[in-house]
Amino acid sequence: MLKGKQSWIFNNRPVIAATGVTGGPFEANGRLSSDFDVLFDDLWMAEDSYEKAHRHLLEVAANTAFEKEGVTADDVQFMIAGDLINQITPTSIAARQLKVPYLGIFGACSTSMEGLALASFFVNYGGGNYILTGATSHNAAVEKQFRYPTEYGGQKPPTAQWTVTGSGVALVKANEGKDSGKPVTTSATIGKVIDLGLTDPFNMGGAMSPAAADTILAHFKDLEIDPSYYDLIVTGDLGKIGHETTFGLLEKEGLPIKREQFKDCGMLIYHEDQPAQSGGSGAGCSATVLYGHLLNEMKKRVYKRILVVATGALLSPLTVQQNETIPCIAHAVSIEMNE
Amino acid sequence: MGNKKPESKEVEQYKQFEKNFETKRPVFKNCLKAFLVGGFICMIGQAITYFYIYFFSFTEQTAGNPTVATMVFISMLLTGFGVYDRLGQFAGAGSAVPVTGFGNAVISAAIEHRTEGFVLGVGGNLFKLAGSVVLFGVFSAFVVALIKTILIKLGAI
Repeated sequence: MLKGKQSWIFNNRPVIAATGVTGGPFEANGRLSSDFDVLFDDLWMAEDSYEKAHRHLLEVAANTAFEKEGVTADDVQFMIAGDLINQITPTSIAARQLKVPYLGIFGACSTSMEGLALASFFVNYGGGNYILTGATSHNAAVEKQFRYPTEYGGQKPPTAQWTVTGSGVALVKANEGKDSGKPVTTSATIGKVIDLGLTDPFNMGGAMSPAAADTILAHFKDLEIDPSYYDLIVTGDLGKIGHETTFGLLEKEGLPIKREQFKDCGMLIYHEDQPAQSGGSGAGCSATVLYGHLLNEMKKRVYKRILVVATGALLSPLTVQQNETIPCIAHAVSIEMNE
Repeated sequence: MGNKKPESKEVEQYKQFEKNFETKRPVFKNCLKAFLVGGFICMIGQAITYFYIYFFSFTEQTAGNPTVATMVFISMLLTGFGVYDRLGQFAGAGSAVPVTGFGNAVISAAIEHRTEGFVLGVGGNLFKLAGSVVLFGVFSAFVVALIKTILIKLGAI
């Protein structure tokens, strides 16, 4: 149901029935390693290219989610997923393997919440009993496309971020009233593309902040609630700089948000001493942290209601070289524990 | 490209606002690290030059070529073993400016695109980063040589 200008309320409360989370070696050394289902100790993952390893991450994550829920790919009606590689081929090829009817989406690093919002919307209106959604990124495959070769000795500035190797998927299921103790999605806000003129691809956090702030403000305005409704408001991959900037923007707009309820997936995933500069990023960042760590915390009742705001920088290597500014977007999904 | 529109007030204001939150590059510390690491790399190069002069029949003028080849070979090994990019993050320009940085740019591109095959992958991308160094290096050498030749012909030198 449309609420306000750009938000949906999911009255039937679709259930996040099961999740699958995979990660690479850098994530295994990270802060949240115990929240991953499968961790690979090698970036190649026994494949012969990073792009194939990328799709392997997604296949393993999807199969883990199926196993946990005790279903097969045949029981799943649709798959709504994406990644950062040209023409989202790793996800499409994984969908070929899984043989699930497939909608490929691209929202850069906001893909995770774009997918969850759409999957929840479909399920809410009876569009499917099970919908698989998720997002994936692979450090080496993504860096190859967007930046220099991985072994090139260029110095990254402190504003740069580290692309997460990992895949997070969720099986969104129709709520039949017998899923207490599982997280449900209750509303979503779809963001606008916002561009405030930043051009530095090594400072995506700063570029994405206005989009994050805009979506958060729109969410509270549309739903006519205030931040105290949530135990946690978590952004996707703003990193340290973007996190501070966004908090500053929200304060400037007069939103009564508290510092301790505002976190960022990119800052949660790695240890301080890992060379991730400003924090983690990539489509897999918010997906792995949400579907792994945050939902585990919700099951432990650390959080009852959270708002996940995944942010994406919609640039390409071509637009960067042609001196285009960076268009950014953010989508928010509200997740609550079903008691 | 080139035809920059004047920035709107909103953009201007946000850029100012965002600047407050950015972690600044530690310029002085970076310069110092670049100086020390760059100097150290050049010192190794100097040692290799002396090695070729004393143990082989090279002169100070001719020892340059085998020295460069050796340095590039070392940087190739370090790149292959995944060490050079870490050195680069620490040293910045210190490991990028010496010839080893050039070697690293070539080899890293070759490794990166190996999965796309030898011809279109390695061959097509080998000079992806280093290509413009080669192009503009050769071109500026040509311009300088041209100017010198003209000056000599005119009898100025």
